[in-house]
Amino acid sequence: MTSSPSFFKAVFAIARKDLATEFRSRELISAMLVFSMLVILIFNFALELNPDARRTVTAGVLWTTFAFAGTLGLNRSMAVEKDRGCMDGLLLAPVDRSAIFFGKAISNLVFMLLVEMIVIPMYAMLYNETRIFQLEFFGVLLLGSIGYIAVGTLLSAMSVQTRTRDVLLPILLFPVAVPVLLASVKASGGIVAGLPFEDYVTPLNLLIVYDVIFLAGSYMSFDFVVEE
Amino acid sequence: MQQKPILLTILDILSIIGLGVATYFALVFAPTEAVMGNVQRVFYFHVGTAWVGLVGFVLAAAAGIVYLMTKDMRWDRFEAAAVEVSAMFFFITIVLGSIWARPAWNTWWTWDPRLTTAAVTELIYIAYFMLRAGIEDPEKRARFGAVYTLLGGLSAPITFMVIRLFRTIHPVVIGNASAEAQGGFDMSGDMVAAMLVSLAAFTILFIGLMWHRIRMGGLEEKVEQLKLKVSM
Repeated sequence: MTSSPSFFKAVFAIARKDLATEFRSRELISAMLVFSMLVILIFNFALELNPDARRTVTAGVLWTTFAFAGTLGLNRSMAVEKDRGCMDGLLLAPVDRSAIFFGKAISNLVFMLLVEMIVIPMYAMLYNETRIFQLEFFGVLLLGSIGYIAVGTLLSAMSVQTRTRDVLLPILLFPVAVPVLLASVKASGGIVAGLPFEDYVTPLNLLIVYDVIFLAGSYMSFDFVVEE
Repeated sequence: MQQKPILLTILDILSIIGLGVATYFALVFAPTEAVMGNVQRVFYFHVGTAWVGLVGFVLAAAAGIVYLMTKDMRWDRFEAAAVEVSAMFFFITIVLGSIWARPAWNTWWTWDPRLTTAAVTELIYIAYFMLRAGIEDPEKRARFGAVYTLLGGLSAPITFMVIRLFRTIHPVVIGNASAEAQGGFDMSGDMVAAMLVSLAAFTILFIGLMWHRIRMGGLEEKVEQLKLKVSM
């Protein structure tokens, strides 16, 4: 990899391309949003989200929703590249392959954060749950999303090239992403419950460890996934 | 046609003898545990299978790295063999653990760190096979398989550490004095001997099975090539 300005230029060009297409069509974000709302609606009936239950399960419900909506977005964003032959074009471009990975990861991350930013106020309104509006909570949200998207971007590049495609991504992604989801739930659950910082600093640290390891791992192995 | 190597035949025989001896040590030689009684005897095979299951997973991740560096298909066969054999042993470990947990913990299953990590690891193994099954091109299959075992190998220890934050009831048999309350026990000398025999027996069995599986992978490839030749 080169750390020259052209590398970052390539990364942002790819991310900008994705964001521009998305803001014109709004296919992906609207699908993720509607899906998230439906999941939260189903949770409402499945878990009887009364005030007592909400205290303990808010973090779990939100993270499950984001994980499901995330796979939807990851699948779609890579499938578009593949179906329209855009991936081949990207691979032909004279840029480092890892620039493609970071570009796709950034646009995926933006989509996921956008969905989270809309779903969270909605959840707060529907369930009168204002404890999620804390800076720490959003910090965990960002860290968790980074880890999830890092490994998700790599695995979606893999699953899109297989016969079973969309079906395969959650099966590949969820077992590998278990630590990031667990640590996020644990940390954000502690914040919602109003625990002191010491009580959720360990999952927070593990979250950071996961992010670093999987960003590096995905970045290093992306070359092997896209090479033809 | 390749002849079956003599050493492999010797390993086969050794595996059978080893399993027989380990069974004798576990069921007859080892003393009955004072509190839990005979059900504790499942422990010897539980540890043996868990050991080779873990070794296989580490070997698979290592083989994945070597494959990505060398692009030699032999490492892919090695990796697939390690995952396949380990997945089976790991499944046996989980089943044996459940058999023990029912009387000891009064439940078949609990979401304890080791149990959860074992379940997640088994799911990674299964996902690995589904991934391989979905790709026709052998070279691409090998690359994706290697990347996935690598990710799995990175993720499993972190899973374990994260779940460790939640409460654990799995006994730590070696080097823990306060394990009694969790269904742990102090091992007497004969028990340690039985455990070591079982570890050795399963290691031999594992090496034998790996060898068979790698050999089978090579033969499969040869059959594919011959089929191609005939159809042309």
